[in-house]
Amino acid sequence: MRASRRDFFGRVSGWLGAVALGGVGAHAAADTTKMQGAPVRAYGVRAAYEKAARWLVPSRYPTSTASFTPLAALHGTVTPSALHFERHHAGVPDIDPVAHRLLVHGLVDRPLAFTVEELGRFPVTQRQYFIECSGNTNTEWAGPRGADVQQTHGLMSCSEWCGVRLAEVLAECGVQPAAAWIVFEGADGAAMTRSLPLAKCLDDVLLAYAQNGEALRPEQGYPLRLIVPGWEGSTHVKWLRRAKVTAEPYYTREETAKYTDLMPDGRARSFSFVMEAKSVITTPSPGSTLVRGEHEIRGLAWSGRGRITRVEVSADGGASWQTAQLHGPVMPLCHTRFTLPWRWDGGPAVLASRATDETGYVQPTREALTAVRGVRSFYHYNAIQQWRVTASGTLENV
Amino acid sequence: MACGIAIALLASGATRAQAAPRGLGSVPHAADIAALDIAIGPRGDELPPGAGSVAEGAAIYAGRCAACHGANGHEGPDMKLVGGQGTLASAAPVLTIGSYWPYATTLFDYIRRAMPFTAPGSLEADDVYALTAFLLHANGIVAADTVLDRARLPTVRMPNRDGFVPDPRPDVP
Repeated sequence: MRASRRDFFGRVSGWLGAVALGGVGAHAAADTTKMQGAPVRAYGVRAAYEKAARWLVPSRYPTSTASFTPLAALHGTVTPSALHFERHHAGVPDIDPVAHRLLVHGLVDRPLAFTVEELGRFPVTQRQYFIECSGNTNTEWAGPRGADVQQTHGLMSCSEWCGVRLAEVLAECGVQPAAAWIVFEGADGAAMTRSLPLAKCLDDVLLAYAQNGEALRPEQGYPLRLIVPGWEGSTHVKWLRRAKVTAEPYYTREETAKYTDLMPDGRARSFSFVMEAKSVITTPSPGSTLVRGEHEIRGLAWSGRGRITRVEVSADGGASWQTAQLHGPVMPLCHTRFTLPWRWDGGPAVLASRATDETGYVQPTREALTAVRGVRSFYHYNAIQQWRVTASGTLENV
Repeated sequence: MACGIAIALLASGATRAQAAPRGLGSVPHAADIAALDIAIGPRGDELPPGAGSVAEGAAIYAGRCAACHGANGHEGPDMKLVGGQGTLASAAPVLTIGSYWPYATTLFDYIRRAMPFTAPGSLEADDVYALTAFLLHANGIVAADTVLDRARLPTVRMPNRDGFVPDPRPDVP
């Protein structure tokens, strides 16, 4: 039963005889000071007026597809868990956390199986990290294609993750000298499998059991997932059930047939893990309509190599740039929010942002990126994104 | 399983107590490890016993795979499995098992864990060897009379074995 906004307000005023205070048409305001509000409840929900939702890419297989985060509707740097993008290869499994085990074996002195409760007894690590699918923005290789920022950049989200450092758990098992890689496997219907270098695993990889203050959402890997800070999303294996320590990578389907980058010479890059620095303007962006006058340009920047140190914004398609304000704390491998005041006088404008990270890497133009990689590599597209403002104040991808 | 863990703990408890810093986790039974140890690397160490022929694979393919991948592996509607060799440097590259995949072991690994899509993990080892043989033959990689098993599969050399390079990024000036 879905009521339109007009129906809802009409009924409220009819039932309660509320007087509209300065309301206009369908948005007449009820006087909420003359009644009791809703009672307390055990688990909260957002306001009924808020409709931001993930965009489900059309697919014949709803369990092997993706949903995109509505970046233009969000604020700050944390993505609400319910709006975190999804990419599943065989749907979301229903896993009993008490029955679940993580098996660590292979080139270790002591193969061990851990319950989620036991992993929770290791020292906790909490950090805010972005996750970006390596296929994010892949529509743009061949030119402007995505309808809006949700379609172009929505395979990217950011959360506070809590878990145990994988290094702590590996120490419990005793990694042997011949070890160089770890093969991780999920408990979904695809038994999603990726190989990761041991050095990264010992550095900052997390076994995460919580996201934004509560247990992981099922679609984010409940009850246990890998967090591989700054690296492509498919390495963050969800529903993690197994870690086999090995001497070599296993060249699984998801690191050979997929998630490799085909270059113009016919060779392909493999184990291309890091997500390079990138930014995008989320406000204004296609879907909104500008009125003349004062605005604040807002967007997100992030880098898989560390901190964002600078974001520049252009209103003339890259002919000139102004440095935007970064809103701290600016954390490495995490969304950074940038803003810049801007006045639209009704004339032609092409909005763009360009990120620089702490390694000195500067986000490239599409022309520079495709000059090196061609247009067939599908993954790891991170070029500058442009929105053109039309005479009527709408925006379009150019 | 609980009994197995208890026995294993008795056997190895002394050394664990000395070396494991926190004493968390339980020692899994060897059979429980073996049941989960399904990832197959290029050396093929984890390949199970069994065998399958191209002819057997053709029959299984027709019944379990062709509806999604096409009668000959390249008609779709889903992933093309056959063809595409020589197209990788062209303007319209076709990425298939035969044109792109560097290791034949990956084929066994992926079919066994994830296919068929509507019943992942349902195929027996013999069936997976047979399907692997059929798809390699369809791509012109093995002969029509090939029988694959744990010894033979890792020796199959894929056409694009040397087609992959390390990640050179940052690469854009």
